[in-house]
Amino acid sequence: MSSSDWPLWEVFVRSRRGLSHTHAGSLHAPDAELALRNARDLYTRRSEGVSVWVVPSEAITASSPDEKDPFFAPAADKPYRHPTFYEVPEGVRNL
Amino acid sequence: MTRSQDTPAGGGAATRAEAALDSPLLPLADDALVLSHRLGEWAGHAPVLEEELALANIALDLLGQARVLYSQLGDEDELAFLREERSFRNCQLVEQPNGDFACTMVRQLFFSACQELLFGQLAELGDPLASKAVKEAEYHRDHAEHWTIRLGDGTEESHARTQRAVDGLWRYTGELFEPLPGPAPVGAVDWAALRAGWTERVTRVLTSATLTVPDSPQSGAWAAGAGRQGLHTEPFGRMLAEMQHLHRSHPGASW
Amino acid sequence: MGPHLTIEPNDRSVGGAASAVGKGVEMTSVLLGEGAQSSEGPADPLADFEGAIAADERIEPRDWMPDDYRKTLVRQMAQHAHSEIIGMQPEANWITRAPSLRRKAILMAKVQDEAGHGLYLYSAAETLGTSREELLDKLHSGRQKYSSIFNYPTLTWADVGAIGWLVDGAAITNQVPLCRCSYGPYARAMIRVCKEESFHQRQGFELLLALSRGTEAQHAMAQDAVDRWWWPSLMMFGPPDDESAHSARSMAWKIKRHSNDELRQRFVDICVPQAEALGLTLPDPDLRWNEERGHWDFGPIDWEEFRQVLQGNGPCNEERIGRRRQAHEDGAWVRDAAAAYAAKRGTGRPAAQAVAQEQPRAQAQTQDQHDGETAVSPR
Repeated sequence: MSSSDWPLWEVFVRSRRGLSHTHAGSLHAPDAELALRNARDLYTRRSEGVSVWVVPSEAITASSPDEKDPFFAPAADKPYRHPTFYEVPEGVRNL
Repeated sequence: MTRSQDTPAGGGAATRAEAALDSPLLPLADDALVLSHRLGEWAGHAPVLEEELALANIALDLLGQARVLYSQLGDEDELAFLREERSFRNCQLVEQPNGDFACTMVRQLFFSACQELLFGQLAELGDPLASKAVKEAEYHRDHAEHWTIRLGDGTEESHARTQRAVDGLWRYTGELFEPLPGPAPVGAVDWAALRAGWTERVTRVLTSATLTVPDSPQSGAWAAGAGRQGLHTEPFGRMLAEMQHLHRSHPGASW
Repeated sequence: MGPHLTIEPNDRSVGGAASAVGKGVEMTSVLLGEGAQSSEGPADPLADFEGAIAADERIEPRDWMPDDYRKTLVRQMAQHAHSEIIGMQPEANWITRAPSLRRKAILMAKVQDEAGHGLYLYSAAETLGTSREELLDKLHSGRQKYSSIFNYPTLTWADVGAIGWLVDGAAITNQVPLCRCSYGPYARAMIRVCKEESFHQRQGFELLLALSRGTEAQHAMAQDAVDRWWWPSLMMFGPPDDESAHSARSMAWKIKRHSNDELRQRFVDICVPQAEALGLTLPDPDLRWNEERGHWDFGPIDWEEFRQVLQGNGPCNEERIGRRRQAHEDGAWVRDAAAAYAAKRGTGRPAAQAVAQEQPRAQAQTQDQHDGETAVSPR
């Protein structure tokens, strides 16, 4: 690899107002400004977005798949967080 | 503006074509088509894949502008493919061969900085088409500006190449501010203000790119406005030959 | 758990994280599934992997995976990405000569899409820790292949139509099943590619239709192009199943969903009526409807030609790779300049540790085989 390899950036696109930015993919760019422009050209050329974020890939810290138990298992035994956990008598509306 | 001698002969079509040749929209349409074509020549050759996308986006915007403008003047394909070199009204800047990437970006900066200001004025004068095009031109200028700064202030080699491009293309910039006579809104453009705005902007970009603004004249041995009069540089004839060959080989065919 | 918990446990048929926007419930259900699965016993990565494949779940970059799975994927994604960018050349050949402004715009947009598809696929390959630079190196030095179809020349304008109709048509036949490929990033890239691709084939068909219904010369031009592109398009699906070394394993891993011959037959069945609608003939005297099989029979494919082209003896092999290499070399000073500028400004990032969130555990990247057998789908 030469020193001039451009770093990798992760691209997040808000497809329309009211929605979160969603990971769209990645690209290479020498700096943030060009990364943003490249992202616009690559990921929104069919009007797929109203807002774009770019993040240096190396700046992302991710949970490891090995940690899925300690990270996510505790959430799995809390079904009461979901509305479908609760029984509602027939005929009751707007709840 | 003098009328070219090689307008197609015959009936109403000729009258319409002649009227088109006198319209101040024609130079704007030709600028957009010719630069779009030049940018299209980059396909598959860009210095990095991301730039393939960017160059094609700019080319497609310009082609879209050309088509909208031509459609106000007549049949877009007749205007693009059946005119001879001397009937094209584009400025000489846009017909210049791509050269290296620095050359292409500097050409784009010079052109888009002008187009942005011109369409800005036209939009203010109430031209509905210009308000879309001004956003496109702004993006093109922005892209070229970012690259000019990076190339100028990058490595020794890129600096030298970019300065060479600036120096080489400088003499084609004067033509950008030659008034285009005709009815409003183009006829009502304030060309002196456009020139001042362009000079201010381009000077700022070149300076921050650590490049030197040339003090050489902004027009060559041909008087400024030569392209607008149908006087072009030699590479343009070859470009047109390539662009028009297939269309002309099948007269009357539809595609 | 309450009896009213009605969340579907394995509802991940589409997308992945990217499609989970606004579907909090679905996301949670996925986590429930994973939690339950992994609490069953001591960690056995191979069993987890095979379980995920069997359950039609997606494998994600940081998951454990067998080395061969990783290698196969990198090879296939790379070959696919290379095909996209080499595939720009035969069509870009006509951008400057397109016979109408409408066609010029369409063609430019299409060639641009191909660059975009190349980018999506290189970025999918990068999730496995293989940099684009490394893959481009392998392409430029001939260690990795691209689809052989692009070693044929585009001699007339009609070739642009034939590529759209036949080559993109064959590619789509290959690609639609890849949207369900077991590797998440590849499947997601393919969903995006397929969405954008839909216009490519249609514009090709439309282009040929205009020629076929045009002047005599135009019709002849269209027929000539179809005559030249038909057989190479059939070769795009790769060698027959009994000669395809990787096919079976790729299918077991759900990287591939259908065999080469199956997809080829599907393509022929689709094309025959379309050719009729175009008013053009397909250059195969053996082509006839087989009532019993419910498919079109077609003549033998010249696999010797396929092998020759694959080995570098096609009409344009040298030219394609030469031009690609040239563009890369000519662009080096530009890439250097931007990197130097970023370094001066402190706005860039060192590239060495890119792909932070997707970086797999240390994996030896061995050189990819270049058998060119994967029925890779360009475009």
